[in-house]
Amino acid sequence: MTIWSLLIREILHRKLNFALAVLTVIVASGSLIGSIALLKIHDVRTDQILEQKEAELRQSTAKLNDETRKAMLKLGFNVVILPKDQNLSDWYAEDYASKYMPEEYVHQLADSGIVTVRHFLPSLQQKIEWPEQKRKIILVGARGEVPNLHKNPVKPMVQPVPPGTISLGHELHRSMDIKVGDKVALMGKEFTVHACHKERGNKDDITAWIYLAEAQELLDKPDQINAILALECLCAGDEALPLIRKEIAAILPGTQVIERGSRKLARAEARTKVAEQGRMLIEKEKRDRQELRSEREHLASILTPVVVTACAVWIAVLGLTNVRARREEIGILRAIGVGTRHILVMFLSRHVLVGALGGAIGFAAGVWSAVYFSAAREGTRIGIADINLSWFGLLVLSVVGAAALAVIAGWIPTMIATRQDPADVLREE
Amino acid sequence: MLKFKSVSKWFNGAEGKVTALKDVSFSVQPGELLAIRGPSGCGKTTLLLAAGGLLRPSEGRISLDGQDPYALSPEQRSKLRARMIGFVFQQFHLIPYLTVRQNILAASLALPEEKASTQAEEIIHHFGLDDRINHVPAQLSTGERQRTALARAVLNRPKIILADEPTGNLDEDNARTVFGYLSDYVNDGGCVLLVTHDDRAAAHATRTLQMRQAQLAD
Repeated sequence: MTIWSLLIREILHRKLNFALAVLTVIVASGSLIGSIALLKIHDVRTDQILEQKEAELRQSTAKLNDETRKAMLKLGFNVVILPKDQNLSDWYAEDYASKYMPEEYVHQLADSGIVTVRHFLPSLQQKIEWPEQKRKIILVGARGEVPNLHKNPVKPMVQPVPPGTISLGHELHRSMDIKVGDKVALMGKEFTVHACHKERGNKDDITAWIYLAEAQELLDKPDQINAILALECLCAGDEALPLIRKEIAAILPGTQVIERGSRKLARAEARTKVAEQGRMLIEKEKRDRQELRSEREHLASILTPVVVTACAVWIAVLGLTNVRARREEIGILRAIGVGTRHILVMFLSRHVLVGALGGAIGFAAGVWSAVYFSAAREGTRIGIADINLSWFGLLVLSVVGAAALAVIAGWIPTMIATRQDPADVLREE
Repeated sequence: MLKFKSVSKWFNGAEGKVTALKDVSFSVQPGELLAIRGPSGCGKTTLLLAAGGLLRPSEGRISLDGQDPYALSPEQRSKLRARMIGFVFQQFHLIPYLTVRQNILAASLALPEEKASTQAEEIIHHFGLDDRINHVPAQLSTGERQRTALARAVLNRPKIILADEPTGNLDEDNARTVFGYLSDYVNDGGCVLLVTHDDRAAAHATRTLQMRQAQLAD
């Protein structure tokens, strides 16, 4: 007969007490391991979601790029018609032409029967000194669109500035503290402010727009313009620009045509925008998942210690119940010469066994619960192999930790058992 | 073997000091079965527990094989009990989840010996428990339970058996059997201190003392 065989037989005799103690440790260990596993599964799931979103983004960017390319082919593009003798280097440097051409050109173009261009916008631009305000501005005279007589009437793309009015760029109206409806004088002529534009971050912020005829009068350029903006040129394929150039040259030999903005640039901008939106979505998903993780972590940091403490108290209660039930047994063992050390080993071993067994089962239960719970909640099952965690280390932690918990919780009952006076029991006869 | 010299024991209870033993002196030698008889509550069990090193006397000295058990540490006292004393109680105090064989071998927990198992077989045979070795106490008759308790008490070949009303729950036949075993033990050189109120004990005892109100009567 050894202490161990006595221990095993006692456990088999008081199965309920032992089972309840093991179950309690399973709950304590399971909740701790479950919390750790759940947070790990959350991280794995987050990585999966983000990977999936990034793949979706790559796919949608590629798709959108293709669609944009196709749409751009259908949509057409914009060209600027300049006087033939305009030095393009100067035009690019100043962004307006220093040479002029008759306003009549725009009518010739509109009446020519050209079908590849939908909108014509004649303009007269010049950098001037605004004498009343003593500052440099860009003055643009525009008259709205000249209708293409051979096309069905379409909605104008640019709204004209009515005669007698002026539209001001952001920097101009802001610095002059001007509002819509105010009166301003420009080169001795009074204008009513028609519009105050929002900040655009380019030369438009120091531009004033007036009616074309009034600009011609103020700049002393009667019936002259220095650019025709041709919008929505409809011509498919990479050979569109040479074709339009050829058509316009045939109608207006004294002009040259350049593309305003490139389709590649537009496509790149669209791509950038989609990518940016996708990135924002991914960032949002990351933040949401992080927030959810923090919530779960917070909940676990509160619940787990509460559960573990409650379990420790319950193990102590079960331990006390066990000691009380074994008073007579302890009394007789002491009477036949079994020492305090043996009684201590007998009770502590029982707690170690309760802890180790509960820890091992609790580990399995915790991991299984975490996998099952996350699968039920997120709809995707994440296998143990997918989780980068030292499972063996966690199992050891669970078994050793649970055994330590059971020993600590059972320490007081064990001490009561070892200090029990056998004479008290034996005298009760 | 066992000597009591002016031993007194009192307890401080809610109703004041209660004297359980008062100036008790006696001795028991090997080959002697000393029966101490007296009514319930006269201090017989207290005397027996004090003799077994389980209840320190308030006054006086107890000597067991020349040693004062209360001068030893608790662990040394446990070893002394395991080596020298066998206890038998009226309520048997068998461990409920152990079989007859395991209950008898429980005595070897305190004094592990290689031959314990062989000795147990011999004792089981001697006490006529061969066909009950795998039964738990709940499956035994009262006589069988007491024989099991007696077998456990003698497993470590103690020098003295302290028996507290060992026949209190037994019928005539079983009581006779138990007294027979105790007599055999004494005849083999052992010594027995028996506390009882059973008149039948006198017939088997080599000496009888009366106890009244915590004192041994003349």
